[in-house]
Amino acid sequence: MNVMTNPTTFDVERIRRDFPILTQKIRGKDLVFLDSAASAQKPRAVIDAMVHAMETQYANIHRGLHWMSERTTEAYEAARDAAATLMNASDRSEIIFTHNSTEAINLMAHSYGRGVMKRGQAVVISGMEHHSNIVPWQLLRDAHGIELRVAPITDAGELDMEAYGALFADGKVGLVAITHMSNVLGSVVPAERVVKIAHAHGAKVMFDGSQAIVHRKIDVQALGCDFYAWTGHKLYGPTGIGVLWGRRELLERMPPFMGGGDMISSVTYEQSTWAAVPHKFEAGTPAILEGIGLKAAIDYVQAIGFDAMTAHEAALTEHALARLGKIDGVHIVGQAQDRGGVISFTLDKAHSHDVATLLDRQGIAVRAGHHCAEPLMRRFNLDSTARASFGIYTTHGEIDALADGLIRVREFFT
Amino acid sequence: MTPSDNFDDLRDLYQEVILDHGRRPRHAVRLEDFDTTAKGDNPMCGDRVQVWVKFDSDTIGRVGFEARGCAISIASADLMAETVQHRTKADTRKLFESFREMARTGTCPACDAALDEPIERLKPLAGVHEYPSRVKCATLPWHALIAALNGAKEASSE
Repeated sequence: MNVMTNPTTFDVERIRRDFPILTQKIRGKDLVFLDSAASAQKPRAVIDAMVHAMETQYANIHRGLHWMSERTTEAYEAARDAAATLMNASDRSEIIFTHNSTEAINLMAHSYGRGVMKRGQAVVISGMEHHSNIVPWQLLRDAHGIELRVAPITDAGELDMEAYGALFADGKVGLVAITHMSNVLGSVVPAERVVKIAHAHGAKVMFDGSQAIVHRKIDVQALGCDFYAWTGHKLYGPTGIGVLWGRRELLERMPPFMGGGDMISSVTYEQSTWAAVPHKFEAGTPAILEGIGLKAAIDYVQAIGFDAMTAHEAALTEHALARLGKIDGVHIVGQAQDRGGVISFTLDKAHSHDVATLLDRQGIAVRAGHHCAEPLMRRFNLDSTARASFGIYTTHGEIDALADGLIRVREFFT
Repeated sequence: MTPSDNFDDLRDLYQEVILDHGRRPRHAVRLEDFDTTAKGDNPMCGDRVQVWVKFDSDTIGRVGFEARGCAISIASADLMAETVQHRTKADTRKLFESFREMARTGTCPACDAALDEPIERLKPLAGVHEYPSRVKCATLPWHALIAALNGAKEASSE
């Protein structure tokens, strides 16, 4: 596989043809969709897989003894295999399906936090977390006497590794729960070093990979981490399905998250026993069609290849940083050395919401606001930013459209 | 962009009056001498506003505000401060209901004829109805004002 060094194998126009939505006109103009970090668009393969399942074989899974249920169970469980392969998990039973990253992290805070961690221990998060990797730990702190520690970030928007290391000095840290890639700054944390330091002090590590899963080839065994959470809809899959990967021996020590059908071994009024991992953590009828769609999404990106996708995104990011950086009045927030295709910026004299609306008038979709990361906004003395984020279908021409559109917004406000 | 760019495609929401009041609000001042004040907060987008009111017998004598937010919210706060001056509390509440209707739907068929003039002044903000996520930008200062008139400290969220 030599895709990385041969950009001609990555044909963005061919990829764009796989995404039906990209032919839409917005306010009479060609859609320039630069909000993939919030949720990515879906390729035909994902749409078709879900429709096909509904039209030909749909039934509930893990319980029917009939043909439909068996076919659907196979299709759904194939998603578990695909996710395990995608992340290089050593065992398919280490893949727990959740509804999204948020639920995966809440599962962690509940089952690992309350079930395994002891009062007086600490959880470390970073200064650039999404609210979904802050609030579950605050709930744990308040309910279970766990201390919450925040590893600061530098002005460049990188994890302050010295300060991070110092948080372990008293030996109380039981778990590090940290983003792998910031949804605001695009910064990628040095995952192997984060894990090494934590493990040296006896702490486990969970990465929130909601963003990173799209931008990097994730190999949980190479990273050496203990848990990894992500969500399907950012990886060109459907909403409503996410993944928590965990080391099997740790998952086995954790109590269930939610009770219900599918997660039990047997039930009496006196007591119930739990199904084996991963089903212990999967109560109730799961997101069956979404699982089937996720399988199609994983197959789709695997066929393109992460090397090619990462190279394409790096070229886009470099182009965007160069173009936006040259516009007077535009300030890019975060200058991490290692970063993915997510760029937050402010424009002098214009609030980010005005910027987003005025770009939208030109057919350009960006996100504006605090990006569910209020503490990070405060760290940079900001209320909000505009954010452009890229996907496999993003073109250099779209970044030029963003830059030209921003120049117009600036002129309009001057 | 060309020198002849007239920004036609950008103007439907951002009319000149909004740009002007957003850039140079006339009433963006914290009143030192006031009778009531309240804050409004839109946690979804981070906009914040505080409104101070000084009464002049049974009408509103003056409104001042401090706002952190977009051009729409600042222009709306400024136009509000301008249009509610010399109005009674009851008139102001009616005006708010009409304005809210206009911000949500773009028109105000039920508007009282007595409110024609102030509503005309607020009409440039009607464009927000096409942007459901921006309606709150325009109405937040009004919610804070009504809260102040009701003696509440904070505007309740919609």
